[in-house]
Amino acid sequence: MSYVVKGERGDWEAVVGLEVHAQIISKAKLFSGAATQFGAAPNTQVSLVDAAMPGMLPVLNGHCVAQAVRTGLGLKAKINKRSVFERKNYFYPDLPPGYQISQYAQPIVGEGEVLLDMPDGSTRAVGIERLHMEQDAGKSLHDQDPNRTFIDLNRAGVALMEIVSKPDIRSPEEAGLYLRKLRSILRYLGTCDGNMEEGSMRADVNVSVRPKGSNELRTRAEVKNVNSVRFVMQAIEAEAARQVAVYDAGGEVKQETRLYDSEKGETRPMRIKEFAHDYRYFPDPDLLPLTLTDEFIRGIAAALPELPDDKKQRFVADYGLSPYDAQVLAAERETADYFERVAQGGAGGKKGRRDAKQAANWVTGALFAHLNETGKTISDSPVAADALGALIDLVADGTISGRIAKDVFAEMAATGRPPKAIVAEKGLMQISDAGAIEAAVDQVIAANPKQVADVRAGKAKTIGWLVGQVMKATGGKANPQMVNELLKRKLGG
Amino acid sequence: MSLDKETVRKIAYLARIRVPEDALAGLVAELNHIIGWVEQLGEVATEGVEPMASVVEITLPARADEVSDGGIAEQVLKNAPEPVVAPGTDGGYFAVPKVVE
Repeated sequence: MSYVVKGERGDWEAVVGLEVHAQIISKAKLFSGAATQFGAAPNTQVSLVDAAMPGMLPVLNGHCVAQAVRTGLGLKAKINKRSVFERKNYFYPDLPPGYQISQYAQPIVGEGEVLLDMPDGSTRAVGIERLHMEQDAGKSLHDQDPNRTFIDLNRAGVALMEIVSKPDIRSPEEAGLYLRKLRSILRYLGTCDGNMEEGSMRADVNVSVRPKGSNELRTRAEVKNVNSVRFVMQAIEAEAARQVAVYDAGGEVKQETRLYDSEKGETRPMRIKEFAHDYRYFPDPDLLPLTLTDEFIRGIAAALPELPDDKKQRFVADYGLSPYDAQVLAAERETADYFERVAQGGAGGKKGRRDAKQAANWVTGALFAHLNETGKTISDSPVAADALGALIDLVADGTISGRIAKDVFAEMAATGRPPKAIVAEKGLMQISDAGAIEAAVDQVIAANPKQVADVRAGKAKTIGWLVGQVMKATGGKANPQMVNELLKRKLGG
Repeated sequence: MSLDKETVRKIAYLARIRVPEDALAGLVAELNHIIGWVEQLGEVATEGVEPMASVVEITLPARADEVSDGGIAEQVLKNAPEPVVAPGTDGGYFAVPKVVE
């Protein structure tokens, strides 16, 4: 399923790398004691350091360093025991010091990788080039006043991780898978909430194209600040098509910064040329190089949670799930925990207590459908994991049929009541009483002489239709296996 | 190393310092003097010597992740030429000439 852009004289492929800015989860900012909470009144979470008042000095937040190292370990990346904060110089109203403290030549984290879960169940690795820490800028509001831009510095100085991928991505779909996987890892680690709507994860997309089959790297354009997975995918599609059209017309792609306009579905160059990349990085004289001890790194490594890739593999190995189901269930920690609770009655439960495949089907099927419809997350699911487990038990021990279980689930979702109470109150118990089933079977045989004759004449398929009639007559409560056996015996099938 | 007029003009622009055309030549000479002076350091043999980040043997100090500052919007905005009150809050904005992308 490789992605191809059709050109006038042949096929092209896209070469994409992503720079993701992920806001580090912390109470205070990277170099000041001001709060980081989203949505506060403008400029109320600003210290004099963030406002760049003369003489104010930055003091590094140690927790943010631990978060960056944790993320690096989660990306199976090399941790650099010595890294250096540098100043990236540019002028913009939402950057009071006139420079951003960032890391450049010596970042805290080096090469790692992210595994993409492809739709066919296979995986594909995308390399991580580096991860570095830096400060966020403030927020500019352009739409509040006809002639002025309003500046809110609450975000100024909040800690970010910039996670740079290698140009290993070849399609919009892979970019989407990469972002989702990265977000999943960050959430598992608790280092970034991955909330793109609130801007705590944003992506710059580097796109170039080359003739299919070639290995060259052509000039790339950078599409800045794209704020949803869907828009990243659309931006790649639009930009790759634009570049192919430029080459087809005999032109050259310029190295430039562009913006994606989601309404028009196109990218366009940024107008402000002042951003012309001349950042004059140099080591920040206010900050010594950051050195980490092996003991510090080991401590963080020892406390890492089980990550999505490991969990997925364990789900396949221990529960016999398909790679696809395992990946869907492992993508979010809450979903994975819920599934395990359904499958084995919680962390203290026994493995193999319930049919794991059934548990997976219920969670990814009926439960996901209901949550989708009602716009809820698994954490506020009206059906608790234990209740869903109890429902599966009722099917397993023959109390209700699989068909009735679907109705019971709908009732559980609507009312939040336990399955046993619903089954008892509505009299949904499966009929496994041979006498009662035989009576229903006899009635159906008597009422459908034509179909009965067909079965006797060797049309085996018709027996399924007769089973359906018995089920209908019993309101779906008859044990279908018993019905099947009884019919076969009576009709000599 | 020496700077030419074009480079000095660019440096001035990057630093957002307005330099009249007739002042450029003087600045070129001055900056070249400074660079020449600093370049004398190149005479010191530094091969195999780690660059020194500090004259005292300390590691980078770190703070705890605690909110200990902020809530001073009034002070932060005190020098703003035209601060704008955010209605219904204790906060406000800096206002600058429109910069739109």
